[in-house]
Amino acid sequence: MTASQQFSADVLTINLEKEAGRIASCIRDFMKNRLKRRGIVIGLSGGIDSSVTAALAVKALGPARVFGLEMPERHSAAETTSLSRAVIDHLAIESLRIDISPILASVGFYQLYDNAVRMVIPEYATGWKSKVVTSSVFENQGFSMMSIVAQSPDGTTVKARLPLKPYLEIVAATNFKQRTRKMLEYYHADRLNYAVAGTPNRLEYDQGFFVKLGDGASDLKPIAHLYKTQVYRMAEYLGIPERIRNRPPTTDTYSLSQGQDEFYFSLPYHQMDLCLYGKNKGVAPEALAAATGLQAEQVQKVYDDIDTKRSTTRYLHLKPLLMEKIAEISV
Amino acid sequence: MNEMREQIRSYIVDNFLFGDDNGLDDSASFLESGMIDSTGILEVIGFLEENFSIKVKDDELIPENLDSIGNILGFLDRKLATA
Repeated sequence: MTASQQFSADVLTINLEKEAGRIASCIRDFMKNRLKRRGIVIGLSGGIDSSVTAALAVKALGPARVFGLEMPERHSAAETTSLSRAVIDHLAIESLRIDISPILASVGFYQLYDNAVRMVIPEYATGWKSKVVTSSVFENQGFSMMSIVAQSPDGTTVKARLPLKPYLEIVAATNFKQRTRKMLEYYHADRLNYAVAGTPNRLEYDQGFFVKLGDGASDLKPIAHLYKTQVYRMAEYLGIPERIRNRPPTTDTYSLSQGQDEFYFSLPYHQMDLCLYGKNKGVAPEALAAATGLQAEQVQKVYDDIDTKRSTTRYLHLKPLLMEKIAEISV
Repeated sequence: MNEMREQIRSYIVDNFLFGDDNGLDDSASFLESGMIDSTGILEVIGFLEENFSIKVKDDELIPENLDSIGNILGFLDRKLATA
């Protein structure tokens, strides 16, 4: 596509009825012929992705074969459990709520996290909240850097760039959350003879926005091919409660409220979707600029950032590497 | 300068290439070659701050300063001259 040709956000329009039917059919096929399990376990965060994945699983297998797990912890947003409860009620599936805070405390997560933050903000203490943010792709001149933003109980905010050691410590500690949740999902999957569904959308899957062997682990990923815009439309088609559809995308991982765009993606999802689509289809930055409300130079920066993230997160997608192929085992 | 170059080169080759020099050029871009990613750049910054008693500022985090052995040398040269 050249700059003179019209590019519009309509490129993300899909036939929702047909697509939902296709996904449901694929799920049934996988369960019957590949996974050979009797149902699906899904961790429900109260977000749009897990809600849509659960609804598609119900469409494929019926509510009696879908088991939802709510796994909040002390840093989860206040509305998280009421939203996950809403989707459970809407889908009429069996579920269990497990507060994972005691598990996280027992592996030392809260202490490890606080200690790491104190390496850069010594006054960080009980009652403070924090989050990790990345520098904007439009602002940084070369390398994107991560910073910690901390808020004291009186509302004072402190921001500090993260050097290697505290950065790695914070990431490593925080990954306990996703891995603890996955451990519990597989416990219930084993107990029920079910498979585990992962819930990444296309942006997350493509750009490596997941924890290896945490939320990245699963037996099937029913919406990994759908752009986030399409996930929202699918949610509406599937009748997901409006307050879930209206919730801004959040990581719900840090104690201080954090949007996905400030942690990982350069842009709000509706722009990021179009940039990823444009990049995948070889659309010239000039052609994409008008549809996204960005300048062509900005689109090019996002294109470059997509490549960088693909490259730096390739490791997350890799299966364990073998020294030689074992021909008898093919999956 | 030669001693500094050897120190930096030795760190890069040991830390990122596990000792396999493979004729690494001083001007080779770390990012373009895929040798060092964004976490690797944090390692480089830590090495420079620790070994040369400098503080790398936010606005100095650019490829022109850090993306090759040559660029690091030039950056250190300018940085130490104003210290």
